[in-house]
Amino acid sequence: MRFVGELHFGSCFSAWDEVRRLLQPSAPHLDFDLSQVAGLDGGATALLLELRAEAIAAGSKTEIVGATGRVRSLLELYGAHPQRPSLQAPPAQIGILDQIGRETLSLVNESNTLDFIGDAVIATTQAIRSPSRVNWRDLPRLMERAGADGIPIVLMINFLVGLVTGFQAALQLKQFGANIFVADLVGLSVTRELAPLMTAIIIAGRSGAAFSAELGTMRVSEEIDALRTLGLDPYQFLVFPRVLALTFVAPLLTILADVIGIAGGLLVAMFSLDLTFHSYIVETEKALDLWDVFSGILKSGVFGFTVALIACQRGLATSGGAEGVGRSTTSAVVTSLFAIVVIDAIFTVIFHVFGG
Amino acid sequence: MIEVEELTIGYGERVVLERLDFTIQAGQVFAILGGSGCGKSTLLRHLIGLETPMGGTIHVAGAPPVQDTGPPKYGVLFQSGALFGSMTLAQNVALPLRTWSSLDAAAIDTIVRAKLRLVGLEGFENHMPSELSGGMKKRAGIARALALDPPLLFLDEPSAGLDPVSSVELDQLLLTLNHSLGMTTVIVTHELQSIFAVADACIMLDRGARGIIARGHPATLRDQSDDPRVRAFFNRLARPT
Repeated sequence: MRFVGELHFGSCFSAWDEVRRLLQPSAPHLDFDLSQVAGLDGGATALLLELRAEAIAAGSKTEIVGATGRVRSLLELYGAHPQRPSLQAPPAQIGILDQIGRETLSLVNESNTLDFIGDAVIATTQAIRSPSRVNWRDLPRLMERAGADGIPIVLMINFLVGLVTGFQAALQLKQFGANIFVADLVGLSVTRELAPLMTAIIIAGRSGAAFSAELGTMRVSEEIDALRTLGLDPYQFLVFPRVLALTFVAPLLTILADVIGIAGGLLVAMFSLDLTFHSYIVETEKALDLWDVFSGILKSGVFGFTVALIACQRGLATSGGAEGVGRSTTSAVVTSLFAIVVIDAIFTVIFHVFGG
Repeated sequence: MIEVEELTIGYGERVVLERLDFTIQAGQVFAILGGSGCGKSTLLRHLIGLETPMGGTIHVAGAPPVQDTGPPKYGVLFQSGALFGSMTLAQNVALPLRTWSSLDAAAIDTIVRAKLRLVGLEGFENHMPSELSGGMKKRAGIARALALDPPLLFLDEPSAGLDPVSSVELDQLLLTLNHSLGMTTVIVTHELQSIFAVADACIMLDRGARGIIARGHPATLRDQSDDPRVRAFFNRLARPT
């Protein structure tokens, strides 16, 4: 088989199936004559060598002949390296049950949840014994990032939630002439449920994702290892300030969310139900007691604590470069959202049982 | 200074290197050599206590190298430099001093500037790591590793990514530290020029053999070894068949 002219990947690839067909049926001896080839590129060389391998596999004694100059040196370059032993040996086949077992074990090992909890407890004990070991220096910066920087989005979302709740309540209560009770409904649902929940979701999406990505990047770029070789505990240096920051900031954001959520309901009441500012506020005061507000704030503290712990755990368990960072960040947010809903349900049951 | 006996290391169930035996004398510049993927960096991570061996023992200055909170007994340079991205260069170098010394801020500042000058980064004190080239990050990493003047220094691929001039300067720095302070240095590398310039002794690892295939002075191995894998590594002319 004689090849003529310039062989370039782009042009010869389209004709390659045709060339393959020409090899059928396989001849006992086949030479690829490249004596009239003026030049070829790397892609074309790879295709040519693959073609030769296919012909040999089909039983032909096949050689490439007539190559000179640059064509020859390129062929030698691509064909000179013997396959590495590690690449020649295919991975051993394993059964489906074995595969499921291995995947399950690797999932359990990868997340290192129990290790994390154990290490966190030890770090907490050490931090209580000697508080100077904790990296307090980062705390204000972390609180600013998680708290002050998050205020606009927390206000906007909670205002809209209060507004929507107010609208829905107004539609129903108007039918019974019970417009004033919009204030009760909005006040109770915002302070007890909606404000802590929405704020926690925003915190999980903003700060939880940021913490996980930050620690994950530090993990894959060996910064966590560097910290350990400097005699610093990653839990006291990185995890502690983050957990403290979110545990303090979440209740503060929730207080703002309570106020702005009620303001959303007020807006609906004033413009849609013709209630006055004064009557709405008085009714809200009557409907709410201190426990309603405090229970929401208490919950939000637990939400913040949980989100920070999950985010730090996922971040520190990151492996596998940039893709691993993405995976742990996604996992941190999803797990946090799940945990928030579960904890909220537990709180609701506890408050109900104890009459709160 | 470092004694390794019957050491077997790996990840999970996968054994990377097995039954390693070697000793690193105090004051030596010791190189761990081998091709990519042979387990050099994994061995280093075990020597500095970041990983637990599957079998055998490691003793660094008479004790197993357990990473614990407390003043570090040795300095480590990681492959990427591993500088803390949220801190300036000066803060990176100052961190171990701030944590483990009772020096005041002015004294720490003086030491930090001296360490950065030592690695040719004077004037970069307030730069963030993201503003530096790969080689500069590595040099800053060395400055941080040297912050507490450790008696033992571990370096993972210190010359990789450095230009030839910086690489020679780094070799000179290591030699000076070794000669003037008697600092024991363990280098993981496959840079031939650095090996011959600084190493007193070396071991060569091989992925296929999952262990040490040669040990001794680098020049002696290069000139006298009959092992085709060792000759191929030093000559870089052909691969062993």
